[in-house]
Amino acid sequence: MVEHLQTGGEEPCVTLDAFLEQSNATAVRLEPDEDARALIPFLDRLALIEVAFPKFRDGRGYSSARILREAGYTGELRAQGDVLVDQIAYMKRCGFDSFAPEKPINPADVEAALTRWPAHYQGAADGAVPIWKLRHG
Amino acid sequence: MYKYDEYDHAMVAARVAEFSDQVRRRLAGEITEDQFKPLRLMNGLYLQLHAYMLRVAVPYGTLDSRQMRMLAHIARKYDRDYGHFTTRQNIQYNWIKLEDAPAILEDLASVEMHAIQTSGNCIRNISSDQWAGAAADEITDPRPWAELLRQWSSFHPEFSYLPRKFKIAVIAADEDRAAMRLHDIGIQIVEKDGVHGAAFYVGGGMGRTPMIAPLIKDFVPLEDMLSYAEACLRVYNRYGRRDNIYKARIKILIHELGADEYRRQVEEEFAHVKSLGIDPPKAEFDRIAKQFAPPALDASAPDAIDRSDPDFAVWVDQNVAAHKVPGHAIVNISLKPIGGIPGDASSAQIDLMADLAERYSHDELRVTHAQNIVLPHVRKADLYAIWQALDAAGLATPNLDLISDIIACPGLDYCSLANARSIPVAQKIAARFSDLGRQKELGELKLKISGCINACGHHHAGHIGILGVDRKGTENYQLLLGGSGAEDVSLGTITGPGFDEDGIVDAIERVTDRYLAERSEGERFVDTFRRVGMAPFKEAIYG
Repeated sequence: MVEHLQTGGEEPCVTLDAFLEQSNATAVRLEPDEDARALIPFLDRLALIEVAFPKFRDGRGYSSARILREAGYTGELRAQGDVLVDQIAYMKRCGFDSFAPEKPINPADVEAALTRWPAHYQGAADGAVPIWKLRHG
Repeated sequence: MYKYDEYDHAMVAARVAEFSDQVRRRLAGEITEDQFKPLRLMNGLYLQLHAYMLRVAVPYGTLDSRQMRMLAHIARKYDRDYGHFTTRQNIQYNWIKLEDAPAILEDLASVEMHAIQTSGNCIRNISSDQWAGAAADEITDPRPWAELLRQWSSFHPEFSYLPRKFKIAVIAADEDRAAMRLHDIGIQIVEKDGVHGAAFYVGGGMGRTPMIAPLIKDFVPLEDMLSYAEACLRVYNRYGRRDNIYKARIKILIHELGADEYRRQVEEEFAHVKSLGIDPPKAEFDRIAKQFAPPALDASAPDAIDRSDPDFAVWVDQNVAAHKVPGHAIVNISLKPIGGIPGDASSAQIDLMADLAERYSHDELRVTHAQNIVLPHVRKADLYAIWQALDAAGLATPNLDLISDIIACPGLDYCSLANARSIPVAQKIAARFSDLGRQKELGELKLKISGCINACGHHHAGHIGILGVDRKGTENYQLLLGGSGAEDVSLGTITGPGFDEDGIVDAIERVTDRYLAERSEGERFVDTFRRVGMAPFKEAIYG
C-alpha cells in the first residue's frame, strides 16, 4: 500500500541551513550530503522531512531516512527526485512513507513492488519482523 | 552445508519474479538501459564485449553435487558448454541471452542458488576459506558466520546503492587462503581467553589504488558482528566519495580519514546501531552452524597411500593437502592445464567433479579464489581412484601453487573494461614453464594477471604480477614483483617499463632465473625477493 504517492504542490520545504537558522518551519528538505542528525533536536516539531535523491544511484538518502526514524521521527518522510519503482521497496524499509518521483510511476507497478517480498532478512526502519525472528518466535 | 528453509526459498523466488518482471519491462521498452543497468547488475548480469555475462553466486565457495550439476546444465543449455570459475569463488557464463536470464535464475533457484548481488554497488557474495571445515589450522568453521552475513546482506535496504561495490571475506585460521586483507571488510574469527570473536580489517582492496586493510577492531564479540558490520557500512554509505568512481571504494575513505578517525566514527555509530536489536540471537547462529556440522569421517581410515604409480605420486605431493581428520585429505583440482584458460571447465568436467564429490567427498565441493576446485573430505584410500578419474578428464594437472597455477581475469577476450588480453599471456607463460620439474624447482610461485587496472586478476597480490595496459593503442604488460594475498600480505612493486606479449614471458624467465641464482636454502621466490630487493631482478630484466 502506498500511503502517499505525491504529485507535489503542497507545503514548501525550507533548506536545512534555513531551518537551522530561523526556524518555525515545519517542513525541511535534506540534500544527500547533509547530516540528518542535525535535525534530531527538532524532530517533534517537524511534520515533513523531504529527502532529495538527485540521482537514483546516490544511496545516502537511505541512511538519512533510517537515522531519522531510529531517532524517533514519526512525521512524513518523503523521498523526492529520481525515485524509481525499483527503489521504492527499499526506501519504504528505510522509513520513507511518501514518494515524490520526478517522473510519474505507474501506481500498479508500485503496488506490485511493495507487495512482492514475503519477508525480510534484516531489521530496518519499517517495523518488519526479520526472518531470524520469525524462525525463532 | 546450509539448506534453505521456507523463508530462504520464498526470498529467492521473489527475487526471480522481480527480475523476470524487470527483464520483461526492459524488453518491452518500459525502462531505459540506464535504469535497467543497476537492476541487472544486482542480479549478476553484465553486458560484455560480445554478449551478456551472468555471474552466479557460490556463497563462500561451497556447493554440493546437485548444485554443481546444475552449473553444468546451465553451461550446456544456455551457454557454449563451459563456465568460468572466478576469483570471487563464483562462476560466470560468457554467452548468455538476456531473454534466457529469468529461466536460468529459476533453474538456479531449484537447487538453492542464485545470482543475487554478484555485481552492482552493493554487498557482494561473501567469500571464505576454501578449506573451511577441513583444515587443521582453523579454530572454527568460518562458514556459519559467512552464511549469517549472507542473509543480513541480502536485499539490504540501506546498502544497495553504496558508492561502490563491497566485498566481505571471513576466515578462521592464521593461514589466510582467502586474501582476507584485500577485501573491503576482512573478518578473522580469533580466540582470546578461550572466547571467539571477530577481528575486523576494513578498507583493503586491489583495483587502481591497492590497499591492505588496516585492523579497525581486534575483537568484536560475535553477538555484535552484524551490528558492527552495519556501523562500518553506514559510515561508508554516508561519507564514501561519490564524485569519482575511481575513489569511491571504502579504502579511499579510510585512507583519507585515517584508520583512527574511521574507527572513531564506526564506534560512535556502533554504540547507536547496537541498540536497534539487529543481531540475531544465538539460536539462529546455532541453527545455521548445525548445518555445517563436520561430516562423519572415520578417523581410523588407513593413512597410507600407495605411491607406486609415479604420476599419481607427483599429483599427491602437489595437489593434496592435509585434512584435520587422520586417514583423510583435501584434494585440490587444478583448472589450470598447460595451454588452457585459467578457471574454465567444460560441462562434462563440471559433471565429473560433481560425481566425484558425491561419491568420495561427502557431497561437497569448493571453489577457490585461485580459480580451482576442492574436494574437501576425501579418504586417502580413495585418492588413487579420484586421480584416475580426474586424469582421464584432463583435470589432474599437478601444479597447485606453482608458476603455471595462474590466476587470470577474462581480459580483452571477453571483458568490456579490459585494455589487454590476459588469457593468451597466461597460456604462453604456462607453455614456457610447462616442464613440471622446472616448475617444482621454482617452488611456490603465485603468478596473477589482470587485463586492466581494475585488478580482477589480483596482479597486486601476485608473487609475480602482470598488468595489461593500453599504450598508444597496443597491448603492453607491466611486471610487478613481491605481492602476496596470503597471511604475509603485501603489494607488488612495478619493475620498470612494460613489455609486449612475448617480452613479458622472457622477462619472467629472467626473473625466475635470477631467483634460482640468488635464493638461500628453503626460500620461496617471494622470500628471496623480500631479502634481496628489486635491484638484482631489475638488473636481470633490463640489464
